[in-house]
Amino acid sequence: MTDATGEHPLIGRLREQFGDAIVETHAFRGDLTVVVTPERYHDAARFLRDDPECSFDFLADLTAVDRLKLKQKPRFEVVVHFYSREKNSRIRLKTRPNSDGEPSVQSLTDLYPAASWPEREVFDMFGIRFAGHPNLKRLLMYEEFSGHPLRKDYPVNKRQPLIEERPIPDDRLGMTF
Amino acid sequence: MMINMGPSHPAMHGVIRIITELDGEKVVSANVEIGYLHRAFEKECEVVGWGQAFPYTDRLNYVSPLINNVAYAMGVEKLLDIHPTERCDYIRVIISEISRITDHQTCIAACAMEMGAMTPFIYLMKAREYLYGLVEELTGARLTVSYVRVGGVKGDLPDGWLERVEQALDKCQKEVDEVDRLLTRNRIFIDRIKDVGCISPAEAWALGFTGPVLRSTGMPRDLRKDEPYLVYDRFDFDVPVGTAGDNYDRYLVRMEEMRQSARIIRQAIKQIPAGPVQVDLSGRPLSGSQMVDAAKMGMTADLLLRTVRPDPTLEGTDKIAAQSLNASAKGAVLPAKENTYGNIEGLMNHFMLIMEGQGIQPPQGEIYIANEAANGELGFYMVSDGSGRAYRVHCRPPCYYLMQGLDKMIVGGMIADVIATFGTINMIAGELDR
Repeated sequence: MTDATGEHPLIGRLREQFGDAIVETHAFRGDLTVVVTPERYHDAARFLRDDPECSFDFLADLTAVDRLKLKQKPRFEVVVHFYSREKNSRIRLKTRPNSDGEPSVQSLTDLYPAASWPEREVFDMFGIRFAGHPNLKRLLMYEEFSGHPLRKDYPVNKRQPLIEERPIPDDRLGMTF
Repeated sequence: MMINMGPSHPAMHGVIRIITELDGEKVVSANVEIGYLHRAFEKECEVVGWGQAFPYTDRLNYVSPLINNVAYAMGVEKLLDIHPTERCDYIRVIISEISRITDHQTCIAACAMEMGAMTPFIYLMKAREYLYGLVEELTGARLTVSYVRVGGVKGDLPDGWLERVEQALDKCQKEVDEVDRLLTRNRIFIDRIKDVGCISPAEAWALGFTGPVLRSTGMPRDLRKDEPYLVYDRFDFDVPVGTAGDNYDRYLVRMEEMRQSARIIRQAIKQIPAGPVQVDLSGRPLSGSQMVDAAKMGMTADLLLRTVRPDPTLEGTDKIAAQSLNASAKGAVLPAKENTYGNIEGLMNHFMLIMEGQGIQPPQGEIYIANEAANGELGFYMVSDGSGRAYRVHCRPPCYYLMQGLDKMIVGGMIADVIATFGTINMIAGELDR
């Protein structure tokens, strides 16, 4: 499904809407992919959900990639996979947050409730912050864990110190556990 | 009152913690904490070769490990753009559906047991044993199967295995029917699970639900129908859906899916292209291991001319079986053992795939592959930098999204219903925490 320029019609539609905000597109092995600037990332997700030509109403997956060893900048890339029930098609939306300092992008939880845990996991594993997330804390690791294990500069055999026993919060003292 | 359930709790199969706030017996709020079984699957995948991650995938959903194997292999194959043979596709369908049945059986068995019904648990475990026996015969293991390979499978089906599958399905169905009679119209069971743990289709869809839990709300979403992969478009099967999205519907959907899976397997057995049934020059069937032994001693002069009956031994696949099962991609598929031992090209090919710094090297790129696992959409997102190791592998476990919505399903209900709802969601901690 491509038009005269060899481009998928959906990409054309996104270009019309977002113009220069689209950094890159490709369709490696048939997986339609769009990279947008972090400023328009949330808008692009909203457009993909609400536009009748797209109607990507299902967030299938959200994750990130640390591109440190690919020697590409910016370092991090947030990758979201959408599925459209109506069109029975998929699209991959990516954005590369500015990684000078702490990388941060807009949270998609207001558009897709399914993004809640995956965003927490990405924060946990990569240290990317999601602005507007209602409860952004570690998901798989414990709070005292230092560092972000899926970053490429985190050694695979690194050990973490034993942690102190946590005190029972005041409001739970004397309660049945 | 706050009640803490888990991570180690008699009624929690799997390590997970639910912190509930109660008003009397009513759940006012719930907070689900996961991560107790985190084993760094994704990080480990980055430090081993593409083909070495199969044992890790076994341990994702350990009740249906074969489906994880298939999904992972399909992901790497998509990166490499190679396609296994038709016979291999059929084998993958058959093992996936067997796994789906074992998964559903385990779910219903555990769920019924937690509600006090011990008999269905025993019946279903007995039924599962028939299928685990088949898996064991095929792969050499009950749980840590590692049967699928990039571009194919480890070995061909044992002689007479397909007939035994049909017999096992018959025996299984008898047990499942027994459970059906025990539970489906059982007043106590229905009272415990009907109209409990409800979720609307819109909510389920927004939360990323897939699989039987989504279908129980009335949405006929099944990747095997919507985005057919392998050879699923060649089979005639139905996608059962529920109406209320409650625990009872989830139970009914799973019961029916087991029948549909059996239907798919029976059709696949009828359609599967035959493996080469040939004999050696003197008319005797020669086993793969004998072939390998001969090759080790350098007696390879006429080996390449001979064709033998496929023999799925642990020593390795013989050439004919390898041809009928595996994709013909030198960069990804190990050569038949008789070639490895018997000629220099085979040996070099083998080394290139095994040696450190070599291995399967997919081109630079990224793919996402989705399979309909027993719990829903099992996805793999893979990034390759062109080297022999994965740059990034991410797994989308189906029950991750189900657990994300668990609090919505239990808040407002009774504390005792948490167990029922948790049971029908079928959380598998191995794939949840990875």
